Amino acid sequence: MISTRLWALHMIEQPIMVKICDIREESPNVKTFFFERKIHFNPGQFVMVWIPLLDEKPFTISYIQENLLGISVLKKGPFTRVFHSKKAGDRIGIRGPYGKGFNLQINSCVVGGGIGMASLATVIDTLPDITIIQGARNSSEILYQKRFKNMRLCTEDGTMGFKGTTVDLLDEIIKKQHFQKVYTCGPEPMLYKVVELCKKYDIDCEVSLDRYMKCGFGVCGQCDCSGQRVCVDGPVFTTSELNKMEDFGKITITKTGERVFINKQ
Amino acid sequence: MSKVNVSVTLCNIKLNNPTISASGILGTTRALLKRVAENGAGAVTIKSISREPREGHKNPTVITFEAGMLNAVGYSNPGVDKAAREFINLQDVGVPVIASVVGTHKDDFVRVIEGLSGTEFSAIEIPLSCPHTPGFGLLAGQGTPQATFDITSEVRRVTSLPIFIKLSPNISEICTVAKAAEDAGANAITAVNSMGPGMIINIEAQKPILSFQVGGVTGDALRPIAVRCIYDLYKAIKIPVIGVGGVSTGRHAIEMMMAGASAVGIGTGVYYRGIDVFKKVCEEMILWMQENSIDDINKIVGAAHD
Repeated sequence: MISTRLWALHMIEQPIMVKICDIREESPNVKTFFFERKIHFNPGQFVMVWIPLLDEKPFTISYIQENLLGISVLKKGPFTRVFHSKKAGDRIGIRGPYGKGFNLQINSCVVGGGIGMASLATVIDTLPDITIIQGARNSSEILYQKRFKNMRLCTEDGTMGFKGTTVDLLDEIIKKQHFQKVYTCGPEPMLYKVVELCKKYDIDCEVSLDRYMKCGFGVCGQCDCSGQRVCVDGPVFTTSELNKMEDFGKITITKTGERVFINKQ
Repeated sequence: MSKVNVSVTLCNIKLNNPTISASGILGTTRALLKRVAENGAGAVTIKSISREPREGHKNPTVITFEAGMLNAVGYSNPGVDKAAREFINLQDVGVPVIASVVGTHKDDFVRVIEGLSGTEFSAIEIPLSCPHTPGFGLLAGQGTPQATFDITSEVRRVTSLPIFIKLSPNISEICTVAKAAEDAGANAITAVNSMGPGMIINIEAQKPILSFQVGGVTGDALRPIAVRCIYDLYKAIKIPVIGVGGVSTGRHAIEMMMAGASAVGIGTGVYYRGIDVFKKVCEEMILWMQENSIDDINKIVGAAHD
């Protein structure tokens, strides 16, 4: 537990202010913000990002190099709108990394839906020969096109790659190629379908879940999913863990702590 | 190794061991309460429920520092109607479940308790001592002897379950407030809530970190103050005391029981030692008892008194 937080001074969960050194536009609604910071990070972990006087939210790290880390942010609500308005030289607070990452294995496949691709990007960097499936609503939302070669793309409207869902595309590919493991992140109904499909082919999945979070270190209970704390027991869960989590794919938890059905897409 | 007894009886509620998960810690869902019970808690407490749903304060709501934790969550909860649906079939949890009920007005407490009447809670805890949520606890003047007496009396009128009144360590007259609760029919005192409020400033941002700016202090920094409060309360009142504040080891729990606690709440300890802190604390208590030839945990309650 301590080893993952070596970059913090002690075991103290407080944000450290870091300066934005570069910004890259990944798509019309996604920007990657780069920071000069050394951090011990396993793909699949996350950090809490603080914008003073505004709010604090969990984000995965989508780039990691020697002294550089990047966070890809989809403009979606009030917090990410302000985040997108930040310029190089501005500072934000970061604490973490938190949670349990992916167990990486060769001969595997990643399946990313939308901004979920951000959490798989460092998996791909670590396992360069991995099969990559990326799905988006349309061609303009496809991420990291220059960064990763040989991606198998799909769009809902068919404007790029396969016309259909990541699940359909994965099904086609699995028929021809066997994988040790499938790593996936994206909208939860998609994740659920990926896991169900992989069960049919007897392939283990590791799934990164998203829940509203508060503490990030396992005390408040806000991010519960069937008794599992997504912040510390996850955010990555294996097929066998998910089999015991009845809420997976069905129920999420709101800011008030109410368990509600996930909107089916 | 000799066999020792760590089970306690608190207001006729039998606990396999004296550890209780404190309110606000892992108490959002029934599934999580069950997990806490599986990790050794003798009883569990839900996150406080108010009449209406509340989103609470914005993040950051919980941070830590060298000597504990600072939080201002702001009573986020789904409101009594939704909570009554979440906290059903509580026997599945496997240990007694304590409801925590908050309100702004006397009527709110009544309405929440009535709303939870179809559930199987073993006791009701009423915190009149939150230092960081407008409209509740200290910020609503609920920590005075008179307000405590009035609210406790009102709650007593509508429930036959044991009532635990949770008090603040900030007030100098904690024993007077506890007596007011006892006189109004409370069955136990939970001592203590978080202290403060305190503030932590990020010096690079030049701003307080918590969105609410201030928050309640818990953990190691709170423990000596909690122990003193429990010690004083043990002398002043007849009803049992549930000790809470900075317990994360078996030694801490024993210290609190020697001060006079009949059971011990654990909150911030989950951060220090993980979700199985309850199991660890119990194992350490048992080991200490064996080393010190004490066969029953109940024998040490109040042992620090003359």
